Formats: sequence, C-alpha cells, structure tokens
Amino acid sequence: MERTFIAKNPSVLWFLLGLSVFTLLVSIFSEAAGSAVISTSFLKTLGKTLCLCLVAIAMDVVWGYCGILSLGHFAFFGIGGYAIGMWLMYARTKDIVVGSLENNILPPTPDEVTTAIGSQIFGVVGSSDFPLIWAFSHSLTLQLLAVVLVPGLLALVFGWLAFRSRVTGVYLSILTQAMTLALSLYLFQNDTGLRGNNGLSGLQNIPGLEAVSQATLSLWFFWASAFALGLGYVFFAWMLAGKFGSVIRAIRDNETRVRFLGYHVETYKLFIFTTTAMIAGIAGALYYPQAGIINPAEIAPIASIYLAVWVAIGGRGRLYGAVIGAVVVSLMSSWFTGGSAPDINLGIYIVKWTDWWLVLLGLTFVAVTLFFPKGIGGLFDLISSRQEKQQ
Amino acid sequence: MSIRSTLLSTLSAGVLSVAGSAALAECAAPIKVGVLHSLSGSMAISETTLKDAMLMLIEQQNAKGGLLGCELEAVVVDPASDWPLFAEKARELLTVNEVDVIFGNWTSVSRKSVLPVIEELNGLLFYPVQYEGEESSKNVFYTGAAPNQQAIPATDYFLEELGVEKFALLGTDYVYPRTTNNILESYLKDKGIAAEDIFVNYTPFGQSDWATIVADVVALGEDGKQVGVISTINGDANIGFYKELAAAGISADDIPVVAFSVGEEELSGLDTSNLVGHLAAWNYFQSAESDANTDFIAAWKAFAGEERVTNDPMEAHFIGFNMWVNAATEAGTTDVDAVRTAMYGQEYPNLTGGTAVMLPNHHLAKPVLIGEIQADGQFDIISQTSEVPGDAWTDFLPASAVLKSDWKELGCGMYNVETETCVQLTSNY
Amino acid sequence: MRSALFALILMVCGVPAVTAQTLQPILQTYAGEIAKPSRKSVGETIDAIAASGLPQVTVFLEQWSEKNIWQRNDGIFFVGTAAGDSLTITDVDTEAKTTAAKSDFKQLKPNGGVRRLIGTALVQFQLMDPDLSRRETAVASIARRPEAAQLAPLLASIDGEVDANLKARKTQLANFLSASFAKNTEDRIAAIDSLSTDTSVEARAVLNQILTTTTGVALAAPEGNIAATLDPMLDAEQSYTALVDANLAAPKQTGGDIKKALEANIVNGRIAGFPLGQMDDPMVRQAAYTALADAGLVPVLITQEVRDAELSKHVFYKVYDEPNVEVTIAAETARKSADNRVATAQFADLTLDALSLASIFFLAAIGLAITFGVMGVINMAHGEFIMMGAYTGYVVQLFIPNYTVSIFVALPLAFAVTFIAGVVMERLVIRRLYHRPLETLLATFGISIALQQLAKNVFGTQARPLTSPDWLAGAWVVNDIIQISYIRIAIFILALLFLGLIIYILKRTRLGLEVRAVTQNPGMASSMGINPDRINMLTFGLGSGIAGIAGVAIGLYAKVTSEMGSDYIVQSFMTVVVGGVGNVWGTLAGAAMIGFGQKGIEWLNPSNTLAAQTYMILFVILFIQFRPKGIVALKGRAAGD
Repeated sequence: MERTFIAKNPSVLWFLLGLSVFTLLVSIFSEAAGSAVISTSFLKTLGKTLCLCLVAIAMDVVWGYCGILSLGHFAFFGIGGYAIGMWLMYARTKDIVVGSLENNILPPTPDEVTTAIGSQIFGVVGSSDFPLIWAFSHSLTLQLLAVVLVPGLLALVFGWLAFRSRVTGVYLSILTQAMTLALSLYLFQNDTGLRGNNGLSGLQNIPGLEAVSQATLSLWFFWASAFALGLGYVFFAWMLAGKFGSVIRAIRDNETRVRFLGYHVETYKLFIFTTTAMIAGIAGALYYPQAGIINPAEIAPIASIYLAVWVAIGGRGRLYGAVIGAVVVSLMSSWFTGGSAPDINLGIYIVKWTDWWLVLLGLTFVAVTLFFPKGIGGLFDLISSRQEKQQ
Repeated sequence: MSIRSTLLSTLSAGVLSVAGSAALAECAAPIKVGVLHSLSGSMAISETTLKDAMLMLIEQQNAKGGLLGCELEAVVVDPASDWPLFAEKARELLTVNEVDVIFGNWTSVSRKSVLPVIEELNGLLFYPVQYEGEESSKNVFYTGAAPNQQAIPATDYFLEELGVEKFALLGTDYVYPRTTNNILESYLKDKGIAAEDIFVNYTPFGQSDWATIVADVVALGEDGKQVGVISTINGDANIGFYKELAAAGISADDIPVVAFSVGEEELSGLDTSNLVGHLAAWNYFQSAESDANTDFIAAWKAFAGEERVTNDPMEAHFIGFNMWVNAATEAGTTDVDAVRTAMYGQEYPNLTGGTAVMLPNHHLAKPVLIGEIQADGQFDIISQTSEVPGDAWTDFLPASAVLKSDWKELGCGMYNVETETCVQLTSNY
Repeated sequence: MRSALFALILMVCGVPAVTAQTLQPILQTYAGEIAKPSRKSVGETIDAIAASGLPQVTVFLEQWSEKNIWQRNDGIFFVGTAAGDSLTITDVDTEAKTTAAKSDFKQLKPNGGVRRLIGTALVQFQLMDPDLSRRETAVASIARRPEAAQLAPLLASIDGEVDANLKARKTQLANFLSASFAKNTEDRIAAIDSLSTDTSVEARAVLNQILTTTTGVALAAPEGNIAATLDPMLDAEQSYTALVDANLAAPKQTGGDIKKALEANIVNGRIAGFPLGQMDDPMVRQAAYTALADAGLVPVLITQEVRDAELSKHVFYKVYDEPNVEVTIAAETARKSADNRVATAQFADLTLDALSLASIFFLAAIGLAITFGVMGVINMAHGEFIMMGAYTGYVVQLFIPNYTVSIFVALPLAFAVTFIAGVVMERLVIRRLYHRPLETLLATFGISIALQQLAKNVFGTQARPLTSPDWLAGAWVVNDIIQISYIRIAIFILALLFLGLIIYILKRTRLGLEVRAVTQNPGMASSMGINPDRINMLTFGLGSGIAGIAGVAIGLYAKVTSEMGSDYIVQSFMTVVVGGVGNVWGTLAGAAMIGFGQKGIEWLNPSNTLAAQTYMILFVILFIQFRPKGIVALKGRAAGD
C-alpha cells in the first residue's frame, strides 16, 4: 500500500528530499549554529514562509482539487494564531505577575493573580476583566486543541450551512469572503476581548524558555514548520491519492454528475473544507510565534485573496505548485517592498518598486489567469511532456 | 591567498585613509541611524513625512560636523504598514545593519510589535507620536504627547474656558481612543461630570456614515447643558465626520469639537470654511510664532518642497534627534546604556517656545497648544500652557495611578508606589 | 455691504467720541484681562467696558470677538487689519487710521468661551440695531446663554421687529425665557404649556432645566418639592456609596482595604491566629478580618447584610431644584408630551437615515447588479470603478473651480471614463473568461489590486477633497430631530433615477431586449442577428459607467481615497446576492434590507457602530444559507442554476 502510494506520487519523495536538504542547509548556516550567513530575522522569514506554504497547500486542496474557491482560509490561519497567542500571552504574563506578587506580605489570592494578569494584558485597551473567550487560556493543551478545533468547528458549521443550501461557485466565494470580513470586524472590536486592533503581541517570547536565545528559538520553530509542512504534504498527497481523491476531483469537474452517481457530495466537500481549515489553523499557530504579533488586519479579506493568488500563480491542482507559489510570491513581495530592489530610472520617471510591485503583481495575476491557468507548476508539465516526446 | 588578503587590507586601509583625510579623523565607521517608518501601505502618507524629516535632520547634523567626529548615516527600511513586519525590520536594523539608534513607528500597534525586539536586543527607539500612555520601556524614549499632555489639558480647556457640561467622546475603535476615552471618562467623573453626561461612541476605521452619530450628539443638548465633542477619530474617517457636522450646520459656538488626531494634513482633504472655530490640541502647530519655528519651516520647505507642511510628530523627532545627539556627545559614545543615562535631564528648545526636558520616565516636558481651525486649513493658536511633564502612567485610572516610571533613580518603568516594588522590567506589550 | 454699514456706524459713533470720555483708559485698567482673557474671570472686565456707556463699546467688543484687536508693545489697544508684515491700525477712540509694522503688535485671540460672554454683553446693544444680521447675532447669543435679565429687553424688542422670521424666533425665545424666568407663576405655566408641542432641543432644554433634581438621602423624607423617592436596592452598591458620601454610614471595605488591615496586624507571622501562609485563600482572609474586627482592632466588616440593613433605614429621594410645585407639575406634563413626540420624530429620523444608507448601498451596487446580476460576470474591480469615478470628480474640480459646474461636468465624464475602462476590461479580460466565473473573479481581483495601487501612485494615499456645491451643502431640517443633509437626498434621488433608467433600458429599449436575449440564450440570440459580443461589451460598459457616477456621489458625501472601493465591494456583492441575482428590484430589496438592518442594530447598540456592521454581515450570511436565491428569486427556467 505504502509503496504504491509513493510510486503513484513520485513528487512526494522529491518534495520531502528537497525540504530536508533545505532544512539542513538553513540549520547549518543559521546564527544558532555559529554561522552568520542567515540572520535570525531572515531565518524567521524562512520559517514563516514554510507556514505559508502549508496553508497554501490546504488552499490548493480545497480549491485546486475540490473546486471550492474559499476566500476564507486565511481566517482559519488567523484563528490558529489567536488560539496559541492567547496561551502565550497568558502564560508569559502570569510568570511576570506571580514574580512581582511574590514580594507581597500576604500571599496573593487566586483572584488577585487573575486580576493582575488581566490588567497587564488588557490594560493596553483600558480594561482588566478577563473576557469569557479567555476561559481556557491558562492551559496549553486546551489552547492547542483550540488551534485545531475552533477553525474546524467554524468550517464545519459554515460549510454545513452553505453546502446544504447548495451554495456553490462564486456565491460560495463571496460568502466565505463575507465570513472573513465579519470575523476581522469582530476581532477589531475591543469588546470582543482579544485586544482589538492591537491584537496579541510579544508572541516570540515563549514562556518557560526565556533562557533560550531568539536565534535558537527561531531555529526550533523553523524545524517545527518544516516538519509540519512535510507532514501536511504527505497527508494531503496520501488523502488525494486513492479513490477518495478521485471523487474529490470529480466533484470539481462536475458536481452534478457525481451526485447522480450516488455520492453524497456535500459530505465530501464538508470533509475537505473542514480538514483544510484545521491544517490552516495549525499553520497559523506555527506562524504567529515567529511573527511576534497577530492582529485583526492579518485576517482582512485581502489576505485570503493573496492566498488564492499564490496558489494560482504556483499552479492549481498540484501540491508542489502551491508551495512554489507561496515561496515565490511571498519572498518576491518582501524583496520588492523591502526596498532592496533597485529602482528603474526611466529618465522622466523613476519606477520605485515599493510603489509599483502591487501593480506588477496584479497584472501578472491577470496574465496568469488568462494565459497560464496551470501557473508555474505548468512548466514542469512542459518539461516532462517534452522528455516523454524525446523518449 | 595571503597575497590576496594583504591586497585587501591595503585597499581597505587606503579607503579609510581617504575618508579620514576628507573629513573625520578618528572614525572607524559612520554612526548608523535607523529610520523605521512605513513608506508604503496605509500609514505611508503620515510616516513618509517623518522619514524625510529624519533625513533632513541627519543631513543638517552632518553639515555641522557629524557626531563624535563621525559621519551619521541613515539606514532607511520600509515596514510597509504591516505590524509584524515592524518587528522583523527592527531586528534586521539592530542585528544586520547594527544601527546605534532607531527613530520610528507611528501607530501604537506597530510600537507594541517592535517593543519585545528592542528590549531583547537592548536597542534604542525614539517614538514621536502622541499615544495613549500606560507603557514604559527602558529602551524607548517617547517624544510625543502622553494623555496628560494633550487629552487632559484639552478637556480642562473644555471645562474651564468653554463651560462644557456634557461630553461626547467619539473615537475610532482602536487602542488609542479606547484608552484615552477611559482616562477621560474617569477624569471627568472626578471633575463632577455625571456618568449619564458622557456619551461614548466607537466607529470603524474609514467610517463614512455619520448622520446618526451627529444626530445623537445634537440630541445631547436636550437637557440644556453645553455639549462638547472630544474626537479621537482617526485619519480618513474625519472627512465624513466634519462634512456631516458642516451639513448639519453645527457651529463651534453651539457644539465645539476638539480633535486629537487632526492636523494640518488631515484638513487638506476637505473644505474648512464651515469648520472655522472647531479645535485641535497638539504640542505643535505650523502656525506657532517663534524664530526657531520659522527657521525649521524654511529648512523643511527647502529640503522637501515648497508645498509641504510641518506637524507635531516632526517636531517630536526634531527634539528627540537633537537630544540624542547632545546625549551621545556628552557620553562620548553611542553605546545605548551610556546614551540613555545621558538622556535624563537633557534640555532642548521647543519650536513653539520654552524648553523641552527629558524626564526619568522617558517622556518630555512640553507645552500644550490648542488651536482653532481657520478657513485656510491652518490652526489659530488660542491657548498655550507652560511645559507639562509627560506621565507614563495616568493618575486617573485606579490601576495605573499607583504606578510610576523612573528609570534613573528606581531603574524601573512599572514601579508600584504602594507596595514599593517593581512590577516588571520589560514593558507590557 | 456689511463693511459699508460698519463704516456708517463708525461715523455715527465717531462724532461724540471725541468730546466724550475715551475708552482706552478703561481698557488699560483691565489690560491684563483683555490681553489674556479667561471665561471664568473676564465677566467683570466686559461688564466694566459695557457699563461705561460709551458708543465705541459696541465696535470694540465686536472687533475683539472677531480677533481684530491688537495690542502694541506699550500696551495700547487698536483695531487692526493685517496685510503681510504691515498692520493698518485704528484708534479705538478717535478712529484715526495709521499703518505700522506688525512685529510691534500682538493679536488678541479670545477663546470661544470668552467670545460667548462678549456676545451676551453685546445683546443689549444689538437687539434693536437697524442691521438685521446684528439683531440675529444678538438673538443667537440669547439662545446660547439664556439669562433672566434678557427677558425684558427681548420682549420689548418683539413689537418693533420688522423681519418676520426673526420676530417668530424672538417670540419663541421669549417664550423659553418666560418659562424659566417669568415673575408670576401663571405666566410661567402658560409658557411651559406651550412647550409641550415643541420638539426642538432648545424647548426640551428649557423643560429639563426647570425639572433638574438633586438626589439626597436622609433618615426621613425632608420638606420640599420632592420629585420621587427611590428604591435603594435597585443599585445597592451605588446607594450605599451615596450613604457613605452623606456621612451616614461607614465605608465598605475593598479587597485592598482588607489586605492593608491584615498586613498591619501581623503578629509573629500570624494574623488573628491564622498563619500568614494561608492568606491566599479569600475565606481565610475574611475569617481573619472578622476576628480582628471582633477584637476591635479594625472597623466592622460591611457585609451585604449590614449594607442592606443600613440602606433600609434611610430614605433615598430626588428633590426638584425648582421650589414651585405647580411649575414642576406643568413642566412634567409638558415634558411627557414632548417626549412622546420626540420618540416619534427619532423613529422618523432613523428611518430617513436607514433610507439614505440603503440608497448609498443601492447606488454602489446597481452597476454590479447589471454586470453580475444580468450578465453573470463577477467583477471584483467594481469598487475600483467607483474609486475612478470619485477621482474623476476630484480632477474635474482641479480644473473647474465652480463647484456647481464641476459636478455637472464630472457626472457624465465619470460615466465616460469608467464606461471606457469597463469596455476595455471586457474586451481584454472578461471576454476570454466567459463560462469560467471563478477565473473571472480572480482576474478581476488582479485588476482591482493593480488599479488601487495605481491610484495610490498617481494621487497619493491621502484623501482628496471633493466638495459639493453650496446648494447641496446644508441639510433639510424638519425639526431639530428630523433632518437629513441635501447630499444624501441627492444620492437618494440619483439612486431612484438610476433604478428607473435601468428598468427602462432593460424593459423598453432595443438594447434591453437584446441584453435579455443574450443573457437567456446567447446562441439563439446570435442566430436572430444579435451580436452577443457587442451586447456584452455595452452591458458591461453601462454597469461600469454607473459605478463611476456612484463614485462621484459617494465621494461628495464621504471621502475620496484609493481604498474607498474596497469599502464597498463586499457590501455591494452582498446587496446583489441577498436581493436576488438577475433582478434590479432584488438589488433594491437587498439594499433596503441591509440599510435598514444595519441602522436597526445600530439603534440597539448606539455606542458601537462596528458591531452593527459585523452582525449585519453575519445576518446576511445566514440569510443566504436559508434563502440562497435571495429575496426576489427568479422563477422558472430563467432562473438557471
């Protein structure tokens, strides 16, 4: 069984090999290993990019394989980040608060501790009460569960409602976008209890690991991200390899026919939608401790659109396409907007890439949609078909 | 191999000697000044101005002979109004570019994003924008206004001079208005204003539908009390708000509005002829009359263009940068800890007159100005206080009234005066 | 006109001024206060100036209020007008004009509070003034600071008033003043009764001022005009605080107080026998405190029982500040009646606001209703067409300074610009992607991103001004509660016009027939001699063009920024989808539902507009789940899938 799966999907082996080599190289040249080739800030960028690759794969499965253009998967990514962020903030603040209360003459009551933690966390937004939503924030296990379960549950309920009503195609896209917008507006409110526009910050400081330097921590997170990406890739490839995968692809190509064949289309779609949402949540939970801060702007509808852009440019319907898209576009984005790209002097006008990158990206995207629907991944097809011809 | 390295060292020595003979003798490398302001994205419009201001200040300083015999070099990065990117770029500035000081940030959330990095790497940040307070970091100097240097004096002005008895606190829903309004609510209650005489409303960024809210504010006048609006509405949303005010025919004589986030630049997006008499509170207005200000405006226009205006955060950078230069000169080094120690008690003349003093809580003592909007989009300064010392922890919220920040004597930014203990050494991000 | 009148007054006043006493010495007496006036202390100064009875006083006070008084280095005050570096100064007494260097003078800038006091002082001089605008200023001043002393002069001035509007206003104000300040009770009650039909903020203010109360607490209810006795248990904590404030009870201990008391009573590492280590349990803390209280070391703990017992011993009451019972009864009746009217009016105003919001949503969505609803093409760059229209308006105003003309140029021009942009986009992109709706969605996203950034590069990220002409600047005022700005009315009318126009085009014209034919069956339509490509292009252009016009309208009422499109795009799509795709009436219904829904939620929670938007979106999502075809669903075969 295992052998046939690998044999069917040679790309999985190649991908895992590539990922391992890449991880090894990065580890060797990282600051933690004593080299200065890859700075900690760049290492963080690489680790974050791996997380983006993971959510891009999830997007590719739901869109490229199942034909559901979800414009809400970055919302699940964000929820994962919030879930882990709540524990990180709570535990870090608790350490500080308990430390400072130790000097008190009377030992503090549990209430006093909670209030002190609350005023530390929510003092920023002018409050000190713990909102209900933070009920489980003291427990790492529960919040880790929340990383998977909250996005999963949201996707399940939303998907169940939508698929049941046979909302498909662009309607579904718009609905998922509306969901993302509603979620980001909800998080923007201070009353929500997640610190509004400020979001959760200082997430790079892991409670209990204060003694570990950021250079080492970043490397650990990089490894974790690489591991999660590898695992996610294998999981999705395995899931899509068998008969289940064929049904999923069939739904993409003609939903009505699959339904007439007796398959319960809604269940398949719901399963894909929910699973990918959970994976997106995990990716988010790994991403935000590296980014250091999560706030509602991260979940804005445009973020989910960019996710679709990556997958489209990388090539839909192939998992490595999503990875290529996420890597190429996000790294190019940071290169062009980082100010390191040289300006082009046209004589009468100086093209500054910080200003023109988005124009270029938008137009590239139009061109890809129009002329290269297979994206960069399509180039591999060209190469392999040429090789076949030569043979 | 050995030949090559010798060659390299000779070459570099040659380069050094050339640089040395050209200007500065004992300098090994230029002193690097990081500029961390968004040059793209939604905050670009505000922050690009500050980047330009920093470049101008550095150029001026180099013309004066640099610092400690070294040339100053600006390292400009673009965090693109993306809050996590601020943290990433700050780390890059401190570890890759190895800057000696950073001038940057505008929004509170970007500051909170940068704080852990700056504290971890023991950097030095000058933050030039009015903010909500309730924070004190060993590594940050806050050259903008704390609430007691803007919101409280403006509220006093409403109470004392305009006789306002009923307040509408309108704000955009984010941390600065939330915290400021909390402080003001508590302050107003202390001043004997009843809870039912305070109306609070929060709107999203970029809100455009203001008719109902303006009607609510007008309706506040129904018990015959003088109504005043304290606005912490941010950015674009102000345009719709002031347009609706003007359309409803609300004059400053009937319901005065004082804004904390509206400056010369925001007003350029609308026709101010119907808004004459409404107010704004800042530590600086372009229309301030002093020789220093005249020179500053002239230098700015020569550097950046005739049509450019100056604003409050620019003055904050002006003071902050010059204080840093003086502190580094006094300390004889740009080492962060030495400079920080030398910063306390630094004095520098304000552009609006008087002298700004750096306090041990990393805030400035600055005068507070209240200006009335004029038909030409500038402000007419009608009230100027003497220097007000900035307060990191407000006295008007019970939780923070007991806190004190004193990095010089106590070495703590969050010192509980009741229990006489230091709550924490890092800041609360 | 006004300056001519000023000059006239100056001349009339000028003649006796030379012979009579001069104003400058009086000013010098109060020089400090005049130079730096404060509302709290300036009253005496203004009174002294006004009491001098000099004819120059009016001019001086008026000029002072308008920030035209300058003080010379030596302290002498002048009326001045600045021009560049020089200053034309006029002596306050002799009216002699000279020119001087501005640097020797300091402009006096009295603040708003001081200006209001000056206005009140000027009332006595202005109320009978021949100049209408001055009389209006005087009346406005009375309205802002009603005082008992103003009643008599105001009443005296009514008969002689020639301007009908102002006379009505004076009568109304006199009525307000009578209600508060008339000498005998009958006059007051008569005036109060007449206020029961008045919904204006001012009238209600008068009533509320009469009915102000003071809360108090005592062992027995006192004498006086008692408004009500209160139930202290409604908010027991607050009532107890009032009791403590009145020194009738001991303050309740906070957690901090208990903690401090405990800390002060540590004996050999124990508090009242309890070991210190157990103090992290709140129950132990309370027990320890009670033990300390029993020993008389600390005040007795105010438990809930103690508090409630204290509360029940006292009477909490509200007493009117107005001693006259008849007056307060009349005022209560009047206020009740006014309140009912106000509630009705508020409902009407909210309806108007909702209608206006709905029309804005409709206008933003109607172009989309054509491209998406009729053609089935998703255009995510629709918001950017709205933005393009708004920027067209801005550019037109740069070239045509007359706002009225510029609006009438901008509207068709915005249509033309976005029509062309729409046609170009249809030919280059959308035509290649028919039958691939998801791809269309993505490609138009790309265009949207590019256009938005392009706008930023060209116009900057700052908001640009788009100013409405004067005739659209004000508001239509029914009363103080029901009012709506003209620009919103204009948007409403524009929305109606477009509704009519589009229905007409689709149902009554050849183009509309062909559009409907192509929509229903392109193959059949083309075999009937209709060119589907041309029809699609025109339809798309029409939808885009309307978005451009909507952009001008939205820019006029709100703001013009590169991101304004994205503010409307999701909402617009939801409007179309909720209403029912393929039907312009559906879009109308969708806009109405979202507009009214949002205002309804806002009304429930007025302090948080963001929540209203969030819950409205959630509601729409749920609504679509249960009614996927929208409010106005097409029936039969035309519905398609």
